[in-house]
Amino acid sequence: MRGNFTRITKMLSAGVVAAGLLASASARAAEDTIKVGILHSLSGTMAISETTLKDVMLMLIDEQNAKGGLLGKKLEAVVVDPASNWPLFAEKARELISKDKVAAVFGCWTSVSRKSVLPVFSELDNILFYPVQYEGEESERNVFYTGAAPNQQAIPAVDYLMSADGGSVKRWVLEGTDYVYPRTTNKILEAYLKSKGVPAEDIMVNYTPFGFSDWQTEVSAIKKFGSAGKKTAVVSTVNGDANVPFYKELGNQGIKAEDIPVMAFSVGEEELAGLDTGPLVGHLAAWNYFESVDTPENKKFIDDWHKFIKNDKRTTNDPMEAHYIGFNMWVKAVEKAGTTDPDKVIDAMVGVSVPNLTGGYSTMMPNHHITKPVLIGEIQADGQFETVSQTPGLVMGDEWSDYLPDSKDLISDWRAPLSCGNFNVKTGKCGGKGTN
Amino acid sequence: MLLLRAIGLMLLLTIGGLTPSKAAEADLRATIAKFAAATGFSATEAVVRELAASGDPAVERPLSALADGNLYIRKSDSQVFVGREAGDGIELLDPLSGEKAADATKTDLSKVKVNNGLRRTIRDALGTLTLRAKDASVRLAAAATMFKTPDAANIEPLDAAIAAETDPAVKTLFEQARAASVSVSDRPEADKLAAISVIAARGDRDALSLLTSVDANAQGAVKDAASAAIRHINSKLALWDAGQNIWYGISLGSVLLLAAIGLAITFGVMGVINMAHGEMVMLGAYTTFVVQQAIRTSFPSLFDWSLVIALPLAFLVAALVGLAIERGIIRFLYGRPLETLLATWGVSLILQQAVRTIFGPTNQEVGNPSWMSGSFDIGQLAVTWNRLWILVFALAVFAVLLYVLKRTPWGLQMRAVTANRRMAASMGIRTPWVDALTFALGSGIAGIAGVALSQIDNVSPNLGRGYIIDSFMVVVFGGVGNLWGTLVGAFSLGIVNKFLEPYAGAVLGKIVVLVLIILFIQKRPRGLFALKGRAVEA
Repeated sequence: MRGNFTRITKMLSAGVVAAGLLASASARAAEDTIKVGILHSLSGTMAISETTLKDVMLMLIDEQNAKGGLLGKKLEAVVVDPASNWPLFAEKARELISKDKVAAVFGCWTSVSRKSVLPVFSELDNILFYPVQYEGEESERNVFYTGAAPNQQAIPAVDYLMSADGGSVKRWVLEGTDYVYPRTTNKILEAYLKSKGVPAEDIMVNYTPFGFSDWQTEVSAIKKFGSAGKKTAVVSTVNGDANVPFYKELGNQGIKAEDIPVMAFSVGEEELAGLDTGPLVGHLAAWNYFESVDTPENKKFIDDWHKFIKNDKRTTNDPMEAHYIGFNMWVKAVEKAGTTDPDKVIDAMVGVSVPNLTGGYSTMMPNHHITKPVLIGEIQADGQFETVSQTPGLVMGDEWSDYLPDSKDLISDWRAPLSCGNFNVKTGKCGGKGTN
Repeated sequence: MLLLRAIGLMLLLTIGGLTPSKAAEADLRATIAKFAAATGFSATEAVVRELAASGDPAVERPLSALADGNLYIRKSDSQVFVGREAGDGIELLDPLSGEKAADATKTDLSKVKVNNGLRRTIRDALGTLTLRAKDASVRLAAAATMFKTPDAANIEPLDAAIAAETDPAVKTLFEQARAASVSVSDRPEADKLAAISVIAARGDRDALSLLTSVDANAQGAVKDAASAAIRHINSKLALWDAGQNIWYGISLGSVLLLAAIGLAITFGVMGVINMAHGEMVMLGAYTTFVVQQAIRTSFPSLFDWSLVIALPLAFLVAALVGLAIERGIIRFLYGRPLETLLATWGVSLILQQAVRTIFGPTNQEVGNPSWMSGSFDIGQLAVTWNRLWILVFALAVFAVLLYVLKRTPWGLQMRAVTANRRMAASMGIRTPWVDALTFALGSGIAGIAGVALSQIDNVSPNLGRGYIIDSFMVVVFGGVGNLWGTLVGAFSLGIVNKFLEPYAGAVLGKIVVLVLIILFIQKRPRGLFALKGRAVEA
């Protein structure tokens, strides 16, 4: 009995010592590198879009390390796979922050994945960089939105279509996938169009499920709606996989861009890669970046990307630029704060300004959104976009839309002393609610 | 003397014919050169209008090149050329004669930018210029454009063209285009009324669109006539709409049939809940992609045959993978549906991730052969070629499968094993092999469905996911174990879905269909065509 007991104590103490050794080893490793979390789906439905973003982050981290790292330390990427599963995003975010002790996280694509990780980031006080255009109506202390808010994409796109250059469109089809981003964006657009004097009967809103593939009825409904003697355009918030069959059907039914142009907010170079774009020449997309933009920064970025991914056919796209901007902003803010402590970095982020790839500078605003130019491009036969219109200056991201009754009085300013993401200017109180 | 005179006359004619055209050509060249200095779309548009105003058919070449984005300016000397891709570089052609002028690389050139507005302007300009073209199809296109963009200035050239036209089809279109132009001109009321009746007789959506705008801008008798014509066209189009819904339903049904028919064998005949069925479809689609890739690099002239070549290969690939799955996993799980479901679900994830690792997560481009692109009209119904071919293909696959099951010894053995496994075994049928081959057949059929579906859907690792639920729905609804049930189930689900969609929207339409199926299954748990006999109890 006694023998057994001593053996157990011995084993226990050995275990404790080993655990202590391990802990100190990992603590030392943590001191040597700064960890950066990458939270993008590498499997499941969203892998098609998000895998590229993981790769571009690895490239940016490699490049920063080649430049000597950050604060004298090397950066280390921690990649996890939330597998296009929204609750898993929250779990993986918690794992990144609590277990891997990352200094910041770059990740998420869909709005629902972002919404699922928000509580984790505010509870554990870390930083998320969100690189995708989204519906707005949100501003969180722990999140930096490097993609476009609706006023940096949707509104200028509609303005372009209304202008003489865009064809003086009078009748509108708002076609979207049935989830939060298209629904909110279309709500904003409907309110905006009505404020510009478009009558309700000249707006048609239609939603289809995720991954929809039989577009015959929808496309012929668009044709029908377009034969009312007024110039018609389609504003498409159709997302992901459903786009390819949608465009194939448009091409097959002979809807030409000269007659009924389709303006898309979720179709980039990557989505067009699976398509023969010959019949689609002239259809439009609104982004803050196109691969075809001719600047030295962009040329270098594309060359680096091709070298890193070892395939010179891979395209670049808008969310990749957003990560490029976001990562460089974070690096600058960490240097400014002299530490990776999230609280200090969050304060240092506001006002940081870095070059974007379209030949200007993007600045982080107090509402945690950035300034960007808005580009309208037409699809070309080679699957690239050609810029046909560009806002003269930079547009500042507006998180709370001015066209929705719930959110028009709200502002966001994360600087002291206000430090509030939803300040109601009418009531003078923090804590207003937007549309979702 | 006569000869001399004739020669003299000919000389005179040639000189007379040449001199003005030379001067005109110089003028045209001077105008074309202005593209180099034009900055912005409005400046380019002004040059296009100037070229169009010359009325010279020779401007067609530079204008169509511009519309296609093939008009270039050489940076070194600001000369304008039509470009043609040649290997890595670009061949420069003279904008008027089309003869080869020089070679260049992309960096030496800047493209004349073009947008939708400009393309529209060019299309309209070319419409007027090509009214007298030799090729009847070009004249048809010109008439169609002019109908869509009516302009009072078009009436006179159209009158001349109508007088000279011999082809009756083109003549009718010219007359309609003329009527369209009259309807927006300030001609007397009687002319306009006549024009409206010509437009109304055309009776399609373009006519409706034009009449709506005439109706909005006119008064008195013209407005009344336009409104009456709109009502007439609308009532006619409503009928066509119903026909269109049926066609769309049949087309969706054919896609469902293709996706489900393999499952009708593996699930319907063998009773294996095969969650990896969608991945067999995906493998077929990727086989098509690989075949097309090989054809593109080695035998580009065979591209139109790529699908035909891909069919047997897709069948083989999917059948072999199916065989491996049956021999490796499923045969140990017969009679344990829950484990089969989980195991095949796992297999589907493995296959998806394998494809993702090999081909990458992004969509792959599978091209449409020329005979599967575009559409044709039956009355007011636009039928796209790819949908029509898929319908034909689905029915052909169904017929072949039916033949195999009902008329071949192998089919007989398959049915025997399904009906009574032990009795079949006692009769000397090697049931394990029949199982394996049946599963391979079902998988192979899913593979060739993938070839067809690659024409209308994404070729991505997720391709199969979108079809698995629909396939099970069709097989269960039609009656497990009955091929005819699958056929009727697929087409009725397709048509119900397409009739609901315009009223309920795509999202709600799908929900309603699901609810209907649930109710139906409550009433008839074995589906439309229930299989009778002992197999049901087994």
